[in-house]
Amino acid sequence: MLEIKDLHASINGKEILKGINLTVKPGEVHAIMGPNGSGKSTLSSVLTGNPAFEVTKGSVHFYGKDLLELPPEDRSREGIFLSFQYPVEIPGVSMVNFMRTAVNEHRKYKGLAALTASEFLKLMREKRAVVELDNKLANRSVNEGFSGGEKKRNEIFQMAMLEPRLSILDETDSGLDIDALRIVANGVNLLKTPENSTIVITHYQRLLDYIKPDIVHVLYQGKIVKTAGPELALELEEKGYDWIKKELGE
Amino acid sequence: MQQEEPNKYLKEITAEKYKYGFTTDVQTDIIPVGLNEDVIRLISAKKNEPEWLLEFRLKAYRHWLTMEMPTWAHLTIPEIDYQSISYYADPTKKKEGPKSLDEVDPELIKTFNKLGIPLEERLALSGMAVDAVMDSVSVKTTFKETLMEKGIIFCSFSEAVREHPDLVKKYLGSVVGYRDNFFASLNSAVFSDGSFVYIPKGVRCPMELSTYFRINAANTGQFERTLIIADDDAYVSYLEGCTAPMRDENQLHAAIVEIIVHERAEVKYSTVQNWYPGDSEGKGGVYNFVTKRGLCKGNDSKLSWTQVETGSAITWKYPSCILAGDNSVAEFYSVAVTNNYQQADTGTKMIHLGKNTKSTIMSKGISAGKSQNSYRGLVKVAEKAEGARNYSQCDSLLLGDKCGAHTFPYMDIHNETAVVEHEATTSKISEDQLFYCNQRGISTEDAIGLIVNGYAKEVINKLPMEFAVEAQKLLQVSLEGSVG
Repeated sequence: MLEIKDLHASINGKEILKGINLTVKPGEVHAIMGPNGSGKSTLSSVLTGNPAFEVTKGSVHFYGKDLLELPPEDRSREGIFLSFQYPVEIPGVSMVNFMRTAVNEHRKYKGLAALTASEFLKLMREKRAVVELDNKLANRSVNEGFSGGEKKRNEIFQMAMLEPRLSILDETDSGLDIDALRIVANGVNLLKTPENSTIVITHYQRLLDYIKPDIVHVLYQGKIVKTAGPELALELEEKGYDWIKKELGE
Repeated sequence: MQQEEPNKYLKEITAEKYKYGFTTDVQTDIIPVGLNEDVIRLISAKKNEPEWLLEFRLKAYRHWLTMEMPTWAHLTIPEIDYQSISYYADPTKKKEGPKSLDEVDPELIKTFNKLGIPLEERLALSGMAVDAVMDSVSVKTTFKETLMEKGIIFCSFSEAVREHPDLVKKYLGSVVGYRDNFFASLNSAVFSDGSFVYIPKGVRCPMELSTYFRINAANTGQFERTLIIADDDAYVSYLEGCTAPMRDENQLHAAIVEIIVHERAEVKYSTVQNWYPGDSEGKGGVYNFVTKRGLCKGNDSKLSWTQVETGSAITWKYPSCILAGDNSVAEFYSVAVTNNYQQADTGTKMIHLGKNTKSTIMSKGISAGKSQNSYRGLVKVAEKAEGARNYSQCDSLLLGDKCGAHTFPYMDIHNETAVVEHEATTSKISEDQLFYCNQRGISTEDAIGLIVNGYAKEVINKLPMEFAVEAQKLLQVSLEGSVG
């Protein structure tokens, strides 16, 4: 479903991704690990079309469509969801209004009629339960005054609402205490189907105790330098990243 | 020839943004351009006005000749040649206002239908009476008879002069005198039509009253005059809408609105101003120089102004309140949007004269493109206004980095018991916010619409229901193409 070939990308003229190759099949959970500054967040930004980054080479296909041709909103409507590392606050825009617009834009893209107000509120109630999100938060402005943990839960709530085919979780575990981590991870697992796929971007093994990856990649200096099964994550947890650097002859 | 294509394309795009830009092909009686005492006599004669009104006009004109155009606003106003404007245009070509729809030119009915203002009462928005004014003349006032049953007078200004001269004579110029300011004097000299409202004692007006102003003819100015009187314990909610065709030259609109609120009465005045703003290059558009003022004359009276200003090339407008009655309450809620080369200098004046008077100002400016958007407000508390209170909040939202937002709050306090608060914020829509919305499947234009409407909702919520929805759409359309 997702096929990344020789992807190069830069920001302000500085090359961050230097030839990424990655294939994700339906139902798979991939973990992308790596030290700070290796390009993990850049990869999620580039896949979702953040205009701050420039793709200089390579291709990305999603269910056969050339993803790089699509504006960010169409990538979302095609079913790519990013759980942001730092979700932004949008004062004055209520979560309800925001989500209703998003859900109905997705429906319009698929040729479906917009949900009525009562259908939508029912869906909200149902999906809020997935991450135990308080009704009060749903009535506030987008992320405004949310704690770190609430923001992350709100991301997974939005993921539940939009039912993506590919979810990218960018450092979703950062800033979470153990209870919040469990709720968030549990939410992600509840949303898992045999068709949809997940890319988990993380520093630590911790999140992978809850969200079990099928394949683990190590991203280093803009390239995937190692790919293996879930045992790789445990090895990294134990030994750190230095042995990989050594393996690469540094 | 090579150049034609891109120009055509540009034209199409700009045309899309302002959907009221069409003109109506109707035979219009336009008097020659120019301004002098004979022209004023001619306007007065065309309207069969009584002698006292002609005298009022001439006094105003003579005073206007001694005045100069004000330059204190944060606006760049090109020189206006007052001799190149026609001061009277009548698209109905009849001496008497039409009595029934059968007499109204079908083209005019079509025009107002196209603007979403049906003049057939059976098609009208429920609970809304409309006075439709095109150029210098009122085309039709709906539900006049229904309202009359309650003693409510809702008619064109010209008709009020004929039918209710005592009321007009008593109140005309009582809040905005003919010497008030340059544009008020000009209006007092040449004003044409507008609406007149009188709500008798103890009557709550059962429907929204509204006036829809439309400029159609080229090279004309529109100088309308509105007078609203709410007698003791009366209530009325009034709405004003305005549009104009897209023309390359600028058009002048200089109106006066006067409101008198008696004891325990309440008037809500809402405006959705959508005059043609000019194209994306800053060519054309309406110059909107308006004096609006209300007098809370009686004790416990209440007046609120709500305005959504999206149109006009230049806006110069300060809907104000004089809080003369004790315990009177005044509010000003404003959203002013400027895009491309638009300029707006708008705000309010709250003059506290009575005891325990209370005023609230909430101004939300939104600037995009290369526009300039200023809030200018005065809060004055007179010596005898014991216990006066004011709360002002002025927020500015910027889209892009080529526009300007400015705030000029003035305070003039002469009573120590007054409590006056002022808060101001400036914010910007960030790329991160837009990308976050994009990532959820919301296009940039829709995201701006969401954010702007969220920002302005405290003001939008003050509008009558049907217009709140219209105003939301309008905000979004006005800002199309402002980012990216």
